[in-house]
Amino acid sequence: MAVEADGVPTVAVHTHVFARLARQAARVNGTPTLRQAFVPQPVVGVPPEQLRAYIEGEDPINKRPFLQVLLEGLTGELTAEDLAGVGFDRDTPRLLPPAPEDELLARFEQERWTDHLPIVLPTEERVAAMLAGTRRRPDEVVGQMRPTNYREAWQYTVEKVAVNAVMAGARPAYLPVILAMAASGMTARQSSTTSWAAPAIVNGPIRHEIGMHCGIGAMGPYSHANATIGRAHALLSQNLQGGSVIGDTYMGSLGNAYNYACTWAENEERSPWEPLHVQHGYEAADSTVTVFLGGWYTISGYGPRDTWEQRFRHALAACEPYSPPILLLDPSAARGFVERGFHAKQQLIDWLAENARVSAREYWDDPWVQTLIKPHAVAGVEPWASMHAAPPEQMVRKYRAQDISVVVLGGETQAAWKMVGGNFARAKTVKIDDWR
Amino acid sequence: MTSPLLTVHDPRGYAPQVSAKRLAPRLATLEGKTLHLVDCLFDNSEVFMQQLQAWFAAHLPGVKTAIVKPRESWVDDPAMRARVVREADAAVFAVGL
Repeated sequence: MAVEADGVPTVAVHTHVFARLARQAARVNGTPTLRQAFVPQPVVGVPPEQLRAYIEGEDPINKRPFLQVLLEGLTGELTAEDLAGVGFDRDTPRLLPPAPEDELLARFEQERWTDHLPIVLPTEERVAAMLAGTRRRPDEVVGQMRPTNYREAWQYTVEKVAVNAVMAGARPAYLPVILAMAASGMTARQSSTTSWAAPAIVNGPIRHEIGMHCGIGAMGPYSHANATIGRAHALLSQNLQGGSVIGDTYMGSLGNAYNYACTWAENEERSPWEPLHVQHGYEAADSTVTVFLGGWYTISGYGPRDTWEQRFRHALAACEPYSPPILLLDPSAARGFVERGFHAKQQLIDWLAENARVSAREYWDDPWVQTLIKPHAVAGVEPWASMHAAPPEQMVRKYRAQDISVVVLGGETQAAWKMVGGNFARAKTVKIDDWR
Repeated sequence: MTSPLLTVHDPRGYAPQVSAKRLAPRLATLEGKTLHLVDCLFDNSEVFMQQLQAWFAAHLPGVKTAIVKPRESWVDDPAMRARVVREADAAVFAVGL
């Protein structure tokens, strides 16, 4: 769209399932008549001869030959609408018109402002009570968020975050955590076809101050604080970024159960190692939240037992190459690693990075590696350039140590562990104390 | 008995203002012009662009095509944009999602 603005006629080609999204993106660019041509989905994994058939076939959205749409999009006269564009304001009111409770609940559902579970209506009184959870001004801008990085970013204030916190059923004491998550700009409603979520880890004294739970069932629905903080992050993401609507602002093919809520607290007191935030330069007395883009996979196991190294290598091989793991360890599993010589958390992270290996052929045969990492390899950026030059059967390291996290949580009823996708290099850590 | 009316907050954030923009003037013909095929780097889009380039070579040989790539996918590349504006008469971007 920027090239078009610089005076060069363009046509953008999309696959047909993205037609609504592509047209919406053109509309909010102020160019609703932007020329777009469509080919059938998929393009990924399709052989050259079929792509040629797409090119010589019909545009499934415009219902004309694809090449006719393409060539006419670059030539000919512009219409009055092409020359004018369309600008508009989308003012968001502070309050909705007064209505009975059942009508408001129906409207919130109909407008897709909920996660389809019951919500608490954000009355003026409830929002005012929620705002007592922070010293920040209600009209202070917290940040901005968008469903993915080529979409427009929407902005939000402390009050708007508080509104969504009320809807999620959160208590005022949780608001600083929720504000910190909002300030991260990390959406829990990514629009990607890969159904991402936003797993988050809370560290520091605030865990106990607000009743977050990190013992038995730490990742499950056994704490009001964990559940409603995670849900608040999810609701504020969809409502403050401009929606999470299928076909417009959400395209995750499978969807993700972590999209309901996935905010967890590290069991620092039972961990043999330093907590996540201290590893990354914060004081133990600081309260922080680290928000990941992840949750695409979960692999679970027990141990470490005698064959732990083989099991971990298998698990690491199964992890998505573009999404390094957060290794979530029960404290008893963590102590098992200490007994095997991993006296520092970093030693275990280094072992994971060293042993997460697949063949170069398998590594590069991945859509996200092809799309997002291959350009760096081609540009000569290491370690990807060497990996790209490696023979297909050579075993290559999938992850850098700085991409991997280890977090201890759980209640010691079993030496369990999980690997959940979440790249630390793309995560954001925000100090919660700044939002008290 | 009628239900009491409640006043509640709108939960949505604030959208940026949209300013109207005009499209670039179109060409009278592509014959003799330079067309940049901008590969968005999505998986297999390079092969799509190679096929599109082959189609132009076979059917509209008077159109000079070049496949152009940004530095990385989904990240604005001002240098590549400047090259397209400087060297191309028209451009096709593909395959976006």
